[in-house]
Amino acid sequence: MNKKKSESINSNSVGVVETQYYTYAKHGKGHKLESGETLGPVTLAYETYGKLNKDKSNAILALHALSGDSHAAGVYKGEDNKGWWDDMIGPDKAFDTNRYFVICSNVIGGCKGSTGPSSTNPATGKPYALDFPFITIADMVHAQRHLIDYLGIEKLLCVAGGSMGGMQVLQWVASYPDRVKAAIPIATTLKHSPQQIAFNDVIRQSIMSDPAWREGNYYEYGQPEKGLSVARMIGHITFMSDQSMEKKFSRRLKKDQFSFGFDPDFEVEGYLHYRGANFVKRFDANSYLYITKAIDYFDLSGSRLIPAGKSIDVRFLIISFKSDWLYPTYQSQDIVSLLKRRHVDATYCELSSTYGHDAFLVEIEEQTTLIKHFLDKTFNGYMVK
Amino acid sequence: MATENIHLDHRIIFSIIEPGSRVLDLGCGEGDLLYPLVRDKQIRAQGIEISDKAIQECVKKGLSVFQDDIENSLREYPDNAFDYVILNQSMQEVRKADYVIDEALRIGRKVIIGFPNFAYFKSRFMLFFQGRSPVTKSLPYLWYDTPNVRFLSITDFNDFCDRKKIRIVEAHYLGKKTIVRILPNLFALNAVFVITNKH
Repeated sequence: MNKKKSESINSNSVGVVETQYYTYAKHGKGHKLESGETLGPVTLAYETYGKLNKDKSNAILALHALSGDSHAAGVYKGEDNKGWWDDMIGPDKAFDTNRYFVICSNVIGGCKGSTGPSSTNPATGKPYALDFPFITIADMVHAQRHLIDYLGIEKLLCVAGGSMGGMQVLQWVASYPDRVKAAIPIATTLKHSPQQIAFNDVIRQSIMSDPAWREGNYYEYGQPEKGLSVARMIGHITFMSDQSMEKKFSRRLKKDQFSFGFDPDFEVEGYLHYRGANFVKRFDANSYLYITKAIDYFDLSGSRLIPAGKSIDVRFLIISFKSDWLYPTYQSQDIVSLLKRRHVDATYCELSSTYGHDAFLVEIEEQTTLIKHFLDKTFNGYMVK
Repeated sequence: MATENIHLDHRIIFSIIEPGSRVLDLGCGEGDLLYPLVRDKQIRAQGIEISDKAIQECVKKGLSVFQDDIENSLREYPDNAFDYVILNQSMQEVRKADYVIDEALRIGRKVIIGFPNFAYFKSRFMLFFQGRSPVTKSLPYLWYDTPNVRFLSITDFNDFCDRKKIRIVEAHYLGKKTIVRILPNLFALNAVFVITNKH
């Protein structure tokens, strides 16, 4: 292998991809959820990149964050919209599709092809809206396990993801430790803190206080645009850092002088408005409510990740970012502490990015080095240098 | 193992550790000590290291490593979690050295400590005749840029073990390229001790 080439990050892409769909619980009792309610039928939208090898030992499940979807890499035919982790998934990239088979599915409760509140309720023929049952991170992972079963994969080489994707990584280890060889939780936490719950609640209140939300029954009328865009604006503030905002916007004005009015004067305002308005076009308001709630319920602290007195045969690579104040580094260190107590093989890196929580999507170079070699070791064992 | 380019202290530590052991290396740097142990002696290795660059190098070697301060990294480990805890050329950079040694003895059945000998004869000459802080092969820094915060001699360390009732299992005294057999506190540049408080 040409070492230099494998070390460099090139712009190779997985190319044109297509979303696929898998439906289970078509008949019978449906998928039993953590809340006690059932959901069915359940459809998962998913994409795959690379080839599954003969003994099905090279499968990696990439797990998306709050507003992500199954489109993790490549482009759709005739479009130029790259997948959310396109910088990391592809030939010679961190998740090297020349070697590995990468799967990404949209979470249940989502709005990008998987069953969620905007899907048609078979009982009424109308969108579920608030009749959609409450879901948890464990329910999302349970649904993914159905997909992995369907794909005939007994053991995943790796589960990987940032933010809410990282929570799903941890949940996979908690729910199915025998079906995962390695785990890469990035910029995430064992449990949502009061500060994190507080932000999510403000986000939900913003949506629900928009009269256009109509108790969730807005599908005939259109999205609660005001509430949803403000909700997303709050989110974007928490994804950046003080430093990255200073660098990106400083106090620059949109026009030459103050308007002495309430229209956006500053570039930062313009940016947030733009992101908010864009989000309304692509994300269902009720999905945002359900998924933020699932995140708030998440808690694998104490003995929930790995029972006391037990250990597991899963390798960990934990990555956090120094400027991330939404999921601060101490939360990743808490994962490390727990793994130390349980004798679990792990690596922890605290990267010095200034991008805040967004870093897991934009800090490519160091993450690539870490993930590439970590996967290599997991897949091949030690290689003599 | 190809030994010619490997530091004497690494060779000695390599020979001490039994195959298949669980090993924690505090301040593991780029993993130059752990990597041959993993490759040739199939040890289960964990490193602790603070430097960004060194961490990346460890991961490139396939080593498991935590980015942390040595002092913060020990308390969660259960007693006897490791067969060996290594503190090679890192103890002198630790502020709470006695706490770190106590914790290392708690979580490791044996602790391997390697440190530069401050009482090396050239150091004594520099201090005595030149009146200058010693700069030697094992203590190469100037007073204003040294990472070292603890300066000790082999005799100091023996006294410390005596006072704390720590058992010295092995002691190796190192010159530039060879083992020092006479008057180690005078002629050794470095020392490697294996200590324990277990019986």
